[in-house]
Amino acid sequence: MSMFNIFGISGSAISSQAQRLNVVASNLANADAVAGPDGKAYKSRQVLFQALPGTDPGTAGVKVQTIKESDAPFRKTHDPYHPSADAEGYVTHSNVNPVEEMVNMISASRSYQNNVEVMNTAKSLMLKTLQMGQ
Amino acid sequence: MLEQLTGRLDTLSHSLQLRAARQQVLASNIANVDSPGYVAQDIDFNAALQNAMNRTTDTRLSQTSQQHLQLTSTSALIGSPMAYTVQTQPSLDGNSVDLDQQRANFADNAIRYESTLRFINSNVKTMLSAITGQ
Repeated sequence: MSMFNIFGISGSAISSQAQRLNVVASNLANADAVAGPDGKAYKSRQVLFQALPGTDPGTAGVKVQTIKESDAPFRKTHDPYHPSADAEGYVTHSNVNPVEEMVNMISASRSYQNNVEVMNTAKSLMLKTLQMGQ
Repeated sequence: MLEQLTGRLDTLSHSLQLRAARQQVLASNIANVDSPGYVAQDIDFNAALQNAMNRTTDTRLSQTSQQHLQLTSTSALIGSPMAYTVQTQPSLDGNSVDLDQQRANFADNAIRYESTLRFINSNVKTMLSAITGQ
């Protein structure tokens, strides 16, 4: 029964969106970080989605192709007494743009909800199909 | 004789399979709403149903005796005609999914799937009452 594929397709989309949400959470958590895990300032990360063609014509799931680090310039503030200040008194912060990340978060959450709805519809259709001819 | 009993069910079963296939394609479109470069697809239902109806006449079971019943094969939809949807608002990343349109199509297709199911159910009921004659 071909409709079972919908769970695979929407499931892959949901897990990709969840990963995107994870990355957004990581970015927002580190928005004010002065230094990241490697001792340098934290670079904002972005997921890149890719369509994953399925077996049936016209169907495609989603996968996370790669997670890219942003090359945007770091935010610098002048704070000579900060422990992480450089020789000229500047502190380097992460290059996370919180507004951008919030928009990203809302978009991911909407896409997630859409796919859940798709799966619910498919499920109810299939349950009705099971009762065919009764 | 048996064909008269199942002829209408054949059409309905093709229709149901096509609806299920289209449901899958629409689910893929919704899943890939954030994939760069993804081009939304759809099934032309009328053309696909015509296609499926014409094909069944060619594929009959072989009969080695006059007493064998004639059954048309219900294997349906290989090579159902796919098409790319028309893009209403071009996006910078080359993704042509219009989410509102796709969701509307998805809901529409779900209802049509369910109505086909009901047609099948009422058809079966009619046949059963004709057979039992009560």
